[in-house]
Amino acid sequence: MNLKGRHLIDPNDFTIDELNSILDLAVDMKKDLSRYSNLCKGKILATLFYEPSTRTRLSFESAMLRMGGNVLGFADSTTSSASKGESLSDTIRVINGYADIAVIRHPKEGSAKLASEHSYISVINGGDGGHQHPTQTLTDLLTIKLYKDNIENLKVALCGDLKYGRTVHSLIKTLARYNNISFYLVSPNQLKLPEYIKENVKEKYNATIFETENLEDVINEVDILYMTRIQRERFFNEEDYLKLKNSYILTKDKISKSKENMLIMHPLPRVNEIDSSVDSDKRAVYFEQAHNGVFVRMALMAKLLGVV
Amino acid sequence: MLEVTSINCGIVIDHINCGNGQKIFEKLNLGNVDFPVVLLMNVPSKKLGKKDIIKIENKIDLNLDMLGLIDSDITINIIENGNISKKMNVDIPKKVSGLFKCENPRCISNSDIYATPTFTLVNKNKNKIKYQCNYCDDFTYFNQR
Ligand SMILES: [Zn+2]
Repeated sequence: MNLKGRHLIDPNDFTIDELNSILDLAVDMKKDLSRYSNLCKGKILATLFYEPSTRTRLSFESAMLRMGGNVLGFADSTTSSASKGESLSDTIRVINGYADIAVIRHPKEGSAKLASEHSYISVINGGDGGHQHPTQTLTDLLTIKLYKDNIENLKVALCGDLKYGRTVHSLIKTLARYNNISFYLVSPNQLKLPEYIKENVKEKYNATIFETENLEDVINEVDILYMTRIQRERFFNEEDYLKLKNSYILTKDKISKSKENMLIMHPLPRVNEIDSSVDSDKRAVYFEQAHNGVFVRMALMAKLLGVV
Repeated sequence: MLEVTSINCGIVIDHINCGNGQKIFEKLNLGNVDFPVVLLMNVPSKKLGKKDIIKIENKIDLNLDMLGLIDSDITINIIENGNISKKMNVDIPKKVSGLFKCENPRCISNSDIYATPTFTLVNKNKNKIKYQCNYCDDFTYFNQR
């Protein structure tokens, strides 16, 4: 599948077949990394990070270096031309002469889309405010694919802050496009998934959604448990936070009766929502999930550069 | 009813919902022109009960998207030699560019001069017209009444 020159701003920019072609390549790259070590020789990735995100940036840089390419860029806006007041559109036009592909991280929502409108090299959205973070979604999909072979017929629980968490929004909207995925949404009442996303996935993709405030209601049924962080400042009052916080912390006890092959995922960094006692459980895949981010970014860039 | 001379060559914007006449008058910048214009407000109307009317003694360029956004009930009559030569209706535009700002303060279109705020219509209920921003996907609402 030829994706040369395309931009990735929103996971919905790609069809399921296109997404799968990236995931398939990523699976292969993970199996046989050395085979791809010269794939991007002579290619340059520009990392335009207007706000710091060390993990995302390093993951992209690692991905390009592992394919034999080079990287240039900046890590936060104070060291970039943005601090001199240059508009994003002008910056990307200049970068077009310096690099073959670019990833942009920017606090404003829609920034990557704007950059893509002024760019003839592929632009990848590395996170635009609270809006989208599509390579995180690809990372999640790859992790599911590696353990479950196919992304279909799965019961997926998402737990924590489902209101503000863009990772969760993007994952739900993308998973809903796959065959027979049912969602189990676990969150305190104040942090429920926004209505418009629920409507969207129900109407468009006929997805089934079950909502609860209690993790215990679903934890023994699901194939995937996707944990997210709940921030104290998201609560209306301290009392609610203290009352609820323990019910959204995953411990070894809580998963004692869960499915043997359930996957416990987390976009990281975690604070305390997964107790460290869970780390040694074979169902905990969140560190591997972070590693998978490199393979999926390799596959994505190789596809967009048209070198495979 | 007060008498207003009919125009000879120009444009009559009719069937404007009361209150929207002034908005359109301002948007068309009709307060700063050197040809005859008139804004009639609260005129009795069979169709609307009461309506506003704007008469312009000149064939100016009209942005139909902008007019459709403010009031999709209006009728535009082009007048030539004292007669209506053409009648036009307007719709709530399906795509709009550069006519209003995105309500999301975190949207790039509110901070980068090269990002023209662009929207797609998602709900055309006149009491709650809903546009989705092409940059940030957030919704911006309009009320025509
Ligand atoms: Zn916007």
